[in-house]
Amino acid sequence: MKLKSILSATTVLAMAATTAAADKAEVQFWHAMGGQLGEIVDKFAADYNGGSDSCQINAVYKGNYTENMTAAIAAFRAGEQPHIVQVFEVGTATMMAAGEKGAIYPVHELMADAGVDFDQSAYLPAVVSYYTDTDNKLLSMPFNSSTPVLWYNKTALDAAGVAVPTTWDEVEVAARALKESGVTKPFSFGWQSWSNIENYSAWHNLPVGSEENGFASLKTEFTFNNEAVVNHIQRIADMGEEGTFVYGGRRGDSRAQFVNGETALWINSSAYYGGFKKDITEFEFGQAMLPLDTAVADAPQNSIIGGATLWVLQGHESPEYACVADFFQFVSAAEQQAYWHQETGYVPITNAAYDLSQEQKFYESDPMTDTAIKQLSLNTPTPASKGVRFGNFVQVRDIINEELEAVWSGQKDAQTALDEAVARGNKLLRKFEAANK
Amino acid sequence: MQKRVVFRSRLLPYLLVLPQIAITLIFFFWPAYQALESSFFIEDAFGFSRQWVAMQNYVELFEDPSYLRSFKTTLIFGVSVAVMAMSISLGLAVAANRVVKAATGYRTMLIWPYAVAPALAGVIWYFLMNPSLGIVAYWLKNVGVDWNHYLNGDQALLLVIVAAAWKQVSYNFLFFLAGLQSIPKSLIEAAAIDRAGPVRRFWTIVFPLLTPTTFFLLVVNLVYAFFDTFALVHATTEGGPVDATSILVFRVYNTGFIGQDYGSSAAQSVILMGLVIMMTFVQFRFVERKVQY
Repeated sequence: MKLKSILSATTVLAMAATTAAADKAEVQFWHAMGGQLGEIVDKFAADYNGGSDSCQINAVYKGNYTENMTAAIAAFRAGEQPHIVQVFEVGTATMMAAGEKGAIYPVHELMADAGVDFDQSAYLPAVVSYYTDTDNKLLSMPFNSSTPVLWYNKTALDAAGVAVPTTWDEVEVAARALKESGVTKPFSFGWQSWSNIENYSAWHNLPVGSEENGFASLKTEFTFNNEAVVNHIQRIADMGEEGTFVYGGRRGDSRAQFVNGETALWINSSAYYGGFKKDITEFEFGQAMLPLDTAVADAPQNSIIGGATLWVLQGHESPEYACVADFFQFVSAAEQQAYWHQETGYVPITNAAYDLSQEQKFYESDPMTDTAIKQLSLNTPTPASKGVRFGNFVQVRDIINEELEAVWSGQKDAQTALDEAVARGNKLLRKFEAANK
Repeated sequence: MQKRVVFRSRLLPYLLVLPQIAITLIFFFWPAYQALESSFFIEDAFGFSRQWVAMQNYVELFEDPSYLRSFKTTLIFGVSVAVMAMSISLGLAVAANRVVKAATGYRTMLIWPYAVAPALAGVIWYFLMNPSLGIVAYWLKNVGVDWNHYLNGDQALLLVIVAAAWKQVSYNFLFFLAGLQSIPKSLIEAAAIDRAGPVRRFWTIVFPLLTPTTFFLLVVNLVYAFFDTFALVHATTEGGPVDATSILVFRVYNTGFIGQDYGSSAAQSVILMGLVIMMTFVQFRFVERKVQY
């Protein structure tokens, strides 16, 4: 009896849901935003659906970035793909290669087909450049972008009597002073390939690989075993030996070290802001631009982004694609982007959203939250600083993780480890080239 | 003299086993064949094209020193998990079997962890052992152990072994307990009358009579450790530091599902399959002889 009534209630609900959406074109949107970020994505979808008579966006959380991408690819192979899928920046080469075979609906085409007036120049160059083809046409819709910054514990720095370091030499000195004043793991970082190889290189205008960091062709080869990067990695290894750097794991695992005060200088994504604001109560924290290696460059170039974009997959009806175009306009509008930026610490992807945040006096109430955007727009991106685009890059980052861990634990020196990382990475690049001929 | 039941129709017996054979073919042989086939190709992620590369996927694997190291890691991991999970659960089962008061309560509590998914078990231990947050890491620091599994490969391997074993203890416990309860009381009492102490009784009567259970659990535990633990490794160490915790099944998962390199992943799963078939064969051929049914 009870079961029966529950069953009939669900049926009624399901029917109600279908009838409500029946006259609207439905769009499936698979994303990887959990927790607080997921709530905001849901809010965007709900707000958009509320204001639209013809479109219904169904935002579905499919797990983390890799899970989401794997799910979408598997769905595509089975002919059940969503309209929109959120893919992280390292998956760009895979998506692009699929685009050439007709799996992807490039955003610039989508917008033109839907008759939407789309102005690519409204977006931040450093964000857009990561996702454009060789003709500078946008392939996927930037959504959440961040860049690594130097997070610091102001209370600990003051106690040690040092200023926020701006160069790597100063980082060493500051870390020593912090250690003496009782900070146990003064310096650390997360996402090491992204923060200390990809961004370190872009910041000093050094290529990570040939063929314009892979943008120009699939023939690209890694070059990050150059003198500058080797010296940089060796410097950090020496700091480890001295006890002023303590490795805290892959991804963002070392976040805990910073939050509980064990680490006072931490390089990682600007998107940690929203969480830090909630979690850090015992000390004052701030963010500063990445340190400069004065032996390599006189001034910084610009940093590169991380995060994800929204890719549109082929194989659906055109009214649905019109909805996708409309939804993209909605999420990249200044109001949505400024809200997203201020709540999370991701960069505002349009200049309008940046201006709006300034008007709303966000940078006065939350100082230094514009560090990321300043870093990204410091200079016009060069071929070495507009991003990286390598096939099998998820695995290559794993290789880099492995080789760097061998350095941090003293099993290898920086030169040996980076030489090996490059050799192993190049094998995967060749394999990708062969698989995507 | 043996009584034999013979089917009248010749077809009927085949018809009766047909569902079982169909299931085996569809759910075991078909995927296994697909893995074998894919291992000779390279393929792009979206499946637009595949190219025959013969043995290249295999050759690349055996040229990779890191992959070869994985065999050793997997062996250490598998044996440690099985031995640890089985000995702890046997101890618990023996203890629980002696409890008279609130026995069901104890048993329920001990079976509980089995309901935890491997990935979650990993995360629980990961938090306990986190060098910055974990309570166990904090205790270890107080007794002078510098715990950082992010840097120390042996510690990382220990972490995943403990997490994987902990997860399996409940399952083993259940079987050991059932095995213990099926041992005739009269045998134990007779030994007790002959003045055999509890330890002697355990090793001469209980343990030999438990060997069928133990053998079954050995097979199950090794298969679990070899096949079922990738989610746990993925959720905690991601195979690192360096490749200290890259067990074979984690590599299969990582190459295929994270790296979208289906050819190599298929080749790895074929190798792993061969390894487990060999292992199971050895177990049934040589270890089973020691079992007293």
